[in-house]
Amino acid sequence: MNALRDILSQGAQMSLVLGLAPLLTGFVRKVKARLLRRRGPPLLQPYRDLIRLMRKDVVLADNASWLFRVIPYLIFSGTWVAASLVPTFGNGLLFSWTADLIAIIALLGSARFFQALAGMDVGTAFGGIGSSREVMIASLAEPAMLITVFSVAMIAGSTQLANVAEFMGSDAVGLRVSLGMAFVALTIMALAENARIPVDNPATHLELTMVHEAMVLEYSGRHLALIDLSSQLKLLLYVSLIACVFLPWGMATADASVARLVFGALLYLGKLTVLGFLLAVFETSIAKMRVFRIPEFLGAALMLALLATLLRFVSGSL
Amino acid sequence: MGILDSIPHVNAVSSHRPWPRAVVTEAGWQAAIDRLVGGGLTLLGFWGEPAAVHLAMLDGGSAEIAVVTYACTAGTFPSVASSHPPALRLERTIHDLFGLVPTVAGDLRPWLDHYVWGKSYPLSGRNASRDVQPYQFLPAEGEALHQVAVGPVHAGIIEPGHFRFTANGEHVVRLEQWLGYTHKGIESLMQGASLEAAAKLANRTSGDSAVAYAFAFARAAEAALDIEVPRRATCLRALMAELERLANHFGDIGAICNDASFALMHAQTGILRERTLRAADAAFGHRLMMDVVVPGGVARDIAPDGIPALRTLLAEIKKVFPRLIELYDNTASLQDRTVTTGIVKADYARQFGAGGYVGRASGRNFDARRTLAYAPYDQLSFEVPVLEAGDVNARVWIRIREVEQSVELIAQILDLMEPGEIRTALPAGRGACEGLALTEAFRGDVLVWLRLDGELRVERCHLRDASWFQWPLLETAIEGNIIADFPLCNKSFNCSYSGADL
Repeated sequence: MNALRDILSQGAQMSLVLGLAPLLTGFVRKVKARLLRRRGPPLLQPYRDLIRLMRKDVVLADNASWLFRVIPYLIFSGTWVAASLVPTFGNGLLFSWTADLIAIIALLGSARFFQALAGMDVGTAFGGIGSSREVMIASLAEPAMLITVFSVAMIAGSTQLANVAEFMGSDAVGLRVSLGMAFVALTIMALAENARIPVDNPATHLELTMVHEAMVLEYSGRHLALIDLSSQLKLLLYVSLIACVFLPWGMATADASVARLVFGALLYLGKLTVLGFLLAVFETSIAKMRVFRIPEFLGAALMLALLATLLRFVSGSL
Repeated sequence: MGILDSIPHVNAVSSHRPWPRAVVTEAGWQAAIDRLVGGGLTLLGFWGEPAAVHLAMLDGGSAEIAVVTYACTAGTFPSVASSHPPALRLERTIHDLFGLVPTVAGDLRPWLDHYVWGKSYPLSGRNASRDVQPYQFLPAEGEALHQVAVGPVHAGIIEPGHFRFTANGEHVVRLEQWLGYTHKGIESLMQGASLEAAAKLANRTSGDSAVAYAFAFARAAEAALDIEVPRRATCLRALMAELERLANHFGDIGAICNDASFALMHAQTGILRERTLRAADAAFGHRLMMDVVVPGGVARDIAPDGIPALRTLLAEIKKVFPRLIELYDNTASLQDRTVTTGIVKADYARQFGAGGYVGRASGRNFDARRTLAYAPYDQLSFEVPVLEAGDVNARVWIRIREVEQSVELIAQILDLMEPGEIRTALPAGRGACEGLALTEAFRGDVLVWLRLDGELRVERCHLRDASWFQWPLLETAIEGNIIADFPLCNKSFNCSYSGADL
């Protein structure tokens, strides 16, 4: 009975993230459009785009290798698994015990590795530019991300997200400087990892300025749909991660009643709305930075994460 | 005849107005080139005919212009570009269209000719053909260098052009442009066209500068025919020219910010641009005001409800625009992108005679409205902003200041305008005559030279967009910058493809 229940709630969580991801992207786009006094596309437009892409033929470059065709599936599965590991409405789900934060980073890192390979596979100039920029960003973002994880893990005493969330939701956490720093660092990382302004612009048409988009320029049809869906999942993952680590209130526990689970789900939607709105406001109020300014930006995240870890060493209460 | 005094010439052409044109020998031609190279004169235009080449030059100090003509008896002419680089693309164009060959040809690769016309040297009157050769880009060699080819088809809704970058990682070592994709054969279509048809063609040379081209063409025709335009017509022309400038500058300011991913500015200036175009539509019956300026005056008067529409527009701009300037100035992330990006050196701006915001952002104090003071600008008061920095930021600021000036100018013109005639009839049977005119389009000075036969038909017409002398500077501005900053630099130039491809 319990096993069935666990599988059901985990299944619900996995389909929830998959189903919600395009909506979050659509919501952010809508808010951005409204802030620019535009009407903007409908909230459900990302779903329509995915369906449209799924129906379209795949156009492959003549010199595309088997890797190019396989990679969208690899990226998608890696990202989906990673997104399912992050507690959303409920904590302590089946999968949360199988992998910790470091595994999530590893999954996303592998997805990125394959994406960069795919960018170079066909041999176009733009793909190469995109891959080289992506790897430059990754080489700075990944260590920063790990150190952020360490600082949070040291405070919570575990790298398991379920434990972290539980600890953060308890009274034991208190007000800590290091947590604040980790929060800022994680936010910067989330912007960089999701190709948002000021690091990359998800809405640009200028190939020469692209990072993520340049890598996927050669993709079409269902391949592109999978990659787009992965990007949307990744955004949801990071927003959920921030919500679960820093705003863990109202999360249902594994053995909670259905009513608690529904309440948790509603609260989770509320958190997504607030964070998505903040993302849109931030993106509207800032220009994209120069490519060589990105290392400084990510360096700031790295330093903050390091400081957070150090503070924790210096004093247990900071 | 200031300029021609120092250039030995055979005879001056009497029917060329308002500035002189003289036929020169090789010595005179060389003297003209020397003065261009020495920096005393600025190259304004360089165009061909089946058996002659013309060189228009400006003396910036005295605001004098002169044209010298070299008769190419052997199908050759002494190369200008080999000693004065700004003439290079024009020289290649002359070769493409007329088959005239410069002596000491350093670079005779085709410019406009992409071997798709079905014939070579289309305006030469000869039946020659040239060998089809793949276009050779200039070499840039080094171990870590790689090439990035962009265009001619771009991702945005812009005109086609090819950009070949040689880069070392992100750093641009060399950029080479290859244009000509929007060649429409305007000079060929002009030949033999009636003045009316030719004015329509001129209007469509570069759609965003429709008024400026029509204005320049009309003034060249009026100069050739030696007629005066009614005062109200000149006022209406300037009104349209300033509206066009406003609309384009709004579009540019927003688009530059948008290329730095600051979409907020783009949305706001987009609204202002749209309001300007709607006011233009209300006042002159066409959003881009095409075919309103015609030789002899203007085709139609401003609509009765046009003046209140324009006053409403001015009021809105005065209310909203200062806030946008503040937004631009106070957004540090945006300033970080535009300041010190894509610097055009003042020396280059001077040497190339770069017009518009490209020149004025790099310290070149030239504005055809001020320097040549054509009607009605001789009676209007306005300032010409000039900056020294030469970066993207400076080009944005020139535009911002020009928007403010244009708003003032429109208000002045509305106050100044008196009822009266709007069109003068064109005199027939004046005999062959030639005219030259410059007007200030939003991106710089437009030059129109034309020769009319006795029956008000165009015998030969040349239109020179400001972009001819701005495109090459873009190649210099991007050097040492990174590839990712190219769209920003490019947008801050916003050169015309159509205007330069003819």
